[in-house]
Amino acid sequence: MACEEKNLLLHAYSDGELDLVRSLEIEEHLTTCTACAEELRTQQALRNKIRSANLYHRAPDALRTQIVAAAGGAAPMDRVRGRGAVSPIRIVRERPVLEWLAVAAAILIALALGIRMIPGALNVRSGDLVAEELVASHIRSLQPGHLMDVVSTDQHTVKPWFDGKLDFAPPVRDFAGQGYPLIGGRLDYVGGRNVAALVYQLRKHYINVFIWPDDGRQANLPDSVSRQGYNVICRSSGSMRLCGVSDANADDLREFMQLVSH
Amino acid sequence: MQEETHGTSGGPGFEDVVLPHLDAAYNLARWLVRSPQDAEDIVQEACLRAVRFFGGYQEGNARAWLLRIVRNTAYTFLEKKRPGELAEEFDETIHTGERVQPDAEAALLQSIENRMLQEALEGLPVRFREAMILRELEGLSYKEIAEVMGVPIGTVMSSLARGRTQLRDFLLRGRGQEVPRGM
Repeated sequence: MACEEKNLLLHAYSDGELDLVRSLEIEEHLTTCTACAEELRTQQALRNKIRSANLYHRAPDALRTQIVAAAGGAAPMDRVRGRGAVSPIRIVRERPVLEWLAVAAAILIALALGIRMIPGALNVRSGDLVAEELVASHIRSLQPGHLMDVVSTDQHTVKPWFDGKLDFAPPVRDFAGQGYPLIGGRLDYVGGRNVAALVYQLRKHYINVFIWPDDGRQANLPDSVSRQGYNVICRSSGSMRLCGVSDANADDLREFMQLVSH
Repeated sequence: MQEETHGTSGGPGFEDVVLPHLDAAYNLARWLVRSPQDAEDIVQEACLRAVRFFGGYQEGNARAWLLRIVRNTAYTFLEKKRPGELAEEFDETIHTGERVQPDAEAALLQSIENRMLQEALEGLPVRFREAMILRELEGLSYKEIAEVMGVPIGTVMSSLARGRTQLRDFLLRGRGQEVPRGM
């Protein structure tokens, strides 16, 4: 991997946001690459500098006092208003009702316009964007503690776990027999909706399979694409769209996706 | 008093959720709008919104929840009052100049005055600045920052990388020049 590609990971590494495997990769790279080692040292110097430079602005006492006073009457707003009183928070900075109505109206208009425009906008740029989101999600999932919400090799544990968490039932199957054990699942958010993510293992590689109902919105999401060294391969199966993301090689991933979508 | 504040739900009250994070709220607002008075206004407005949205607060990360409201309030303010600051785009080509001797960078950075660092941070495009404040001063995880900013984690990662690079370039190469404020 070239140093330029490493740069982003270097930041995540020094922030302690990389998983063990990737951290080890970086550490190994650092032993042989003086440029990256220097880069890391500069990053750390900058971080120490920022943290030690007394840059934190604490809330002024007067502000705190106002808000503490306001909070006393603020929470049960309806009751307070019902008694004819006004919450102190409103006295502090009076916002005319009209302004709130204007905000509400603006939101309604934006929603109305947005709903009309979303399908068009999504079709124009969603494919690539979604592919990037999938890869970003995959990378994030490899960070410590992010990979799985439910850890289980048992599809009968994983599948019910999604009940009530999604508005669809993702197909959950184990392919341990074929060399791809299911190791868990989690909720994720891709392309503007909640999706199921199933985690499979292929030798030392993790494969995230993202699943959501195929509603045609990501029609131009490429079937096979590579981003930052990760392969993304998408298939349709029944009413579902399935996208596998992994650093495993494209042929292996394609074979696996064939199996999953069959 | 307790009962009145906490209502009848039995869950944590507004005070328990918001007040412990007032410093964080003010710090973020202050860094986003770069003015003490505007920051106070924004925190007050955000608290007002927090009261209104409190019914929608699910027990969870109270700090991230509040900070999200604060940043949205601050962005609304900026959109209205200083739209130019949101349009700021970092021009990468300006910053491809020669590097200081790389092994001297760390030492040079240590020697920079706090005031200069503050000005340089304030000169960053607001989204990079926001990510850096949440990370370096507030100590949030990438996931929490993504929650506050409403962006994917990958965007947090790249905002931090670009913000830090730009800050460093400015400190090491732009010393003595005027801080771009983008106003």
